[in-house]
Amino acid sequence: MPPKSRPDAEMLKGTLDMMILRTLKAGDAHGYTIAKIIERTSEDVLQVEQGSLYPALYRLEDRGWLSSYWRTTENNRRAKLYRLTAAGKKQLQREANRWRRMARAIGLVMGEGTQERES
Amino acid sequence: MSWRRFFRRSRADAELNEEMSAHLDAEIEENLARGWSPEEARRAALLKFGNRQQVRETLWSQNTIAWLAGIGRDLRHGARALRRSPGFALISILVIALGIGVNTALFTVVRGVLLKPLPFSDPQRLVRLYEDTFNHRFPYNQSAGGIFAEWQKQSHNFAGMAISRQAEYNLSGTQGQLPEVIPAASFSWNMLPLLGVQPALGRNFTAADDQQSANGTVILSWGLWKRRYGGDPSILNRTILLDDKPYTVIGVAPAWLAYPDSRVQLWTPAYHENPPVITHAIDNHNFRAVGRLKPGVSMREAVAELSLITQRIHDAHRDNPFVSEGAHGRPLLEAIVGDIRTPLDILLGATSCVLLIACLNIANLLVARSAQRRRELAIRTALGGSRAELLRQHLTESLLLSLAGGAMGLLIAGGLVRWFVSLRHDVPRIEAIHIDAAVLAFTAGLIVLSALFTGLISALSSRGDAALRALQESSRSYSGGNARTRVRRVLLALEVGLTVVLLVGAGLLLKSYVRLRSSDLGCFTRNVLTMNFSLPAARYNFPAAVHFYQDLLSRARSYPGIQAAGLVSTVPGAGYNGDNSFTIQGRPPLAQGKGQLALTRWADPGYFRAIGIPFEKGHTFDATQQLVPGSEVIISKELERRYFPGEDPVGHTLLASGVRPWRIVGVVGDTPDEIGEAVKPMMYYPLYSLMSDKPQDFDATAALVLRSQRDVTGFALPVQKIFQDLDRDLPVSDILTMDQVIGTQTLDASFDATLVLLFALVSLLMAAVGLFGVISYLAAQRTVEIGVRIALGARRDQVLLLVLFDGLRPALIGLVLGLCASAGVTRLIQSMLYQTQPGDPEIFGLVSLALILVAGAACVVPAWRASHLDPVASLRMQ
Repeated sequence: MPPKSRPDAEMLKGTLDMMILRTLKAGDAHGYTIAKIIERTSEDVLQVEQGSLYPALYRLEDRGWLSSYWRTTENNRRAKLYRLTAAGKKQLQREANRWRRMARAIGLVMGEGTQERES
Repeated sequence: MSWRRFFRRSRADAELNEEMSAHLDAEIEENLARGWSPEEARRAALLKFGNRQQVRETLWSQNTIAWLAGIGRDLRHGARALRRSPGFALISILVIALGIGVNTALFTVVRGVLLKPLPFSDPQRLVRLYEDTFNHRFPYNQSAGGIFAEWQKQSHNFAGMAISRQAEYNLSGTQGQLPEVIPAASFSWNMLPLLGVQPALGRNFTAADDQQSANGTVILSWGLWKRRYGGDPSILNRTILLDDKPYTVIGVAPAWLAYPDSRVQLWTPAYHENPPVITHAIDNHNFRAVGRLKPGVSMREAVAELSLITQRIHDAHRDNPFVSEGAHGRPLLEAIVGDIRTPLDILLGATSCVLLIACLNIANLLVARSAQRRRELAIRTALGGSRAELLRQHLTESLLLSLAGGAMGLLIAGGLVRWFVSLRHDVPRIEAIHIDAAVLAFTAGLIVLSALFTGLISALSSRGDAALRALQESSRSYSGGNARTRVRRVLLALEVGLTVVLLVGAGLLLKSYVRLRSSDLGCFTRNVLTMNFSLPAARYNFPAAVHFYQDLLSRARSYPGIQAAGLVSTVPGAGYNGDNSFTIQGRPPLAQGKGQLALTRWADPGYFRAIGIPFEKGHTFDATQQLVPGSEVIISKELERRYFPGEDPVGHTLLASGVRPWRIVGVVGDTPDEIGEAVKPMMYYPLYSLMSDKPQDFDATAALVLRSQRDVTGFALPVQKIFQDLDRDLPVSDILTMDQVIGTQTLDASFDATLVLLFALVSLLMAAVGLFGVISYLAAQRTVEIGVRIALGARRDQVLLLVLFDGLRPALIGLVLGLCASAGVTRLIQSMLYQTQPGDPEIFGLVSLALILVAGAACVVPAWRASHLDPVASLRMQ
């Protein structure tokens, strides 16, 4: 079966970083898992483009918000796992707060009730 | 963007690749698990993933520092281009290395000597103080002890003042060491604290050490302590014998201390060493005074105050013309550096010329190369290489050359500096000459400058090339790149011009040196050996000293091979060494403020015959008049000429220092005290006589002069043996032939001339190479044209002349430019010339001739080759 057509919701700029950080809060993961988790939790609305996932991962690591290590997986394959650092947790907190303010503000403008979401 | 990422780009890329493969595999597996066929699973995964290459590229550029990568690429490209023509690269690097090497070496010297501050505390407040004596005839005279004492007492502008005086001691041998003559200085006790110098070991002099009644004390130089005493710290408080008198070692100076100059190896207290008659005299100028200005006081006002004090003393002693009437001062650094500034500036000018010529040469070669590479450059332009990129390429190449040349130049400079330091002991502050961070920065600056200079010239010369035209032209060219050859001709003319200036400068210095070398000393200089010694007052009283002199002379004279021997206090050409004022008995008193001076020498009766100074009138001292207060004096021709015009001086009586009578018994030929200086009036006192009624008033320092028919150097050892036989503890110093005395006195002139000549020859060589290269290139460019000419019946000699003059034209233009520039520039070195005019026509003519010959030689080979072209082959070649 061919893959689903691209959702018209383009991922908002800057939110990918935040979502990666959020995903890793649950535990270490590799690139594939991160993409899958984001897709599933968003009920397949958000499609992670690999073209932006990996540059984003490297960028976040560069800033010290992620660390990475290589590990052999259960099916005997080498995989690079990412872990949220202490600085990354703080950054996530900041981004989430900002995101919530933004979402609420946009909601107010659009005349809808605020959507509370757990972060 | 981070440096770490930048240099680990390849590794990051590999990791990413692996990571993405894992990702894809996981995706495929998931698709398989959904029950898709393998192909479908793979296709879907790939489609979903998107362009892997793009991810890699994004990440790669995300990790890249763009300009750095550009430079890296340029460097690689430049290195490749240079490797393709190793001969060109090697020559260019050598030429730049030479240019940068000599400049770095000379800058090291200039920085050490002229630019570095003195190693004393707060050195800009240190001032050397002088007296202005004798109607301003000696405006920078040393200070008299008595005047200095008044300065110290009355002035308010100095935090402190101190004096020093040159000295020399016989250091007695202990534990089987040989005795040795040690150059030294005496310091007033406050000199070292004034300069801010703490001894490395022990203590400074105290006021108590610095008086007549004190026991002898001495501070050793670090070098003497290491050399003679093995660096043993227990030397402190031990006693050593100087001139056979005991001195307690109270300190060792730090290794860097070289004041008043680097030859000084020990210091003694000035007021202990010099008798009150000298330290109190107001008309006997023996001391070098140094002052430290109080903060906020300018040198001008401080010196004005000293001038006033001096003037008052002068006015109180109007009868004595030798009491100074004013004072002068200059920064201590300037006083120490003194006369070395001009030669160093000139040498620096010469080395700058060498570097400039080197750069012009490289630029020339680069222009030639870019002419060969114009197809490559045109193609790059056509493919979209921007002008800036091409310029950067030019600059990178010249930077590579300059870097390699600079590194090699630094090695050359290291060698040159070592050589200079070992050769030029006369240069003050020689101990401060090192290659340090500032010198390295200077070298780096030179590298960048020469890279910019050569790169820009070659880049600009290729600017006018339209890509299309270059491509068209290169396919079929009869006389290509006119603009380019014009640039090369201009460069060549400049190069030749600079070379001419250097050659003229070198020629003038060389001629002046030759004149100096052959200047008449007024005595024999061939096969004459001299050596100095000094009889210590502690062991030699008056008659004992005379007996020593006589024993020495009689043993030396009877030594086989020695024709004549004599004794004199200072040999001709060996320096000033003291003068006396005198009046002539029976003459009316001199006008107030006038005085008559003559250099003083002491000689034994046989000295004049031994060294060949002729008697014009009268005869030598009466050999029977010994061991009595002396009464005879011999004067020089110059003294007669000045003070006895139209009169026979023999029989007249001179009153030395205005009091003691000396009857003139003879007139001898003139000898200069310094080589190249005008002769001064001179008088000779008898060595065997007392100078007054006092038994210690005789000359105890003498030079033994030996003359032979053959080479005299062989006598050095046997005569030293004679000294040893007479006195085991008497050191002999400065064993030199008269030729060597002249050599040491003219060393700096010979050094400067040799160096500038060397630079000039290097430049000439570079100019010749440049000329050869350009003419060969031009001739090669015109191959077809020449072939056509020959085919149409031009004679070979016509072609030869055609090419020859084509090449000689820039050389001739350069020659004329250079001669004009020389006429202006050489006036700057006038002060260094001896009996040579800056516009010396002989030198200008010789240089022109040499240049034309060299230029002709450089052009003749390519011209000859062009005239022997086979017209058929040359036409077919295209």
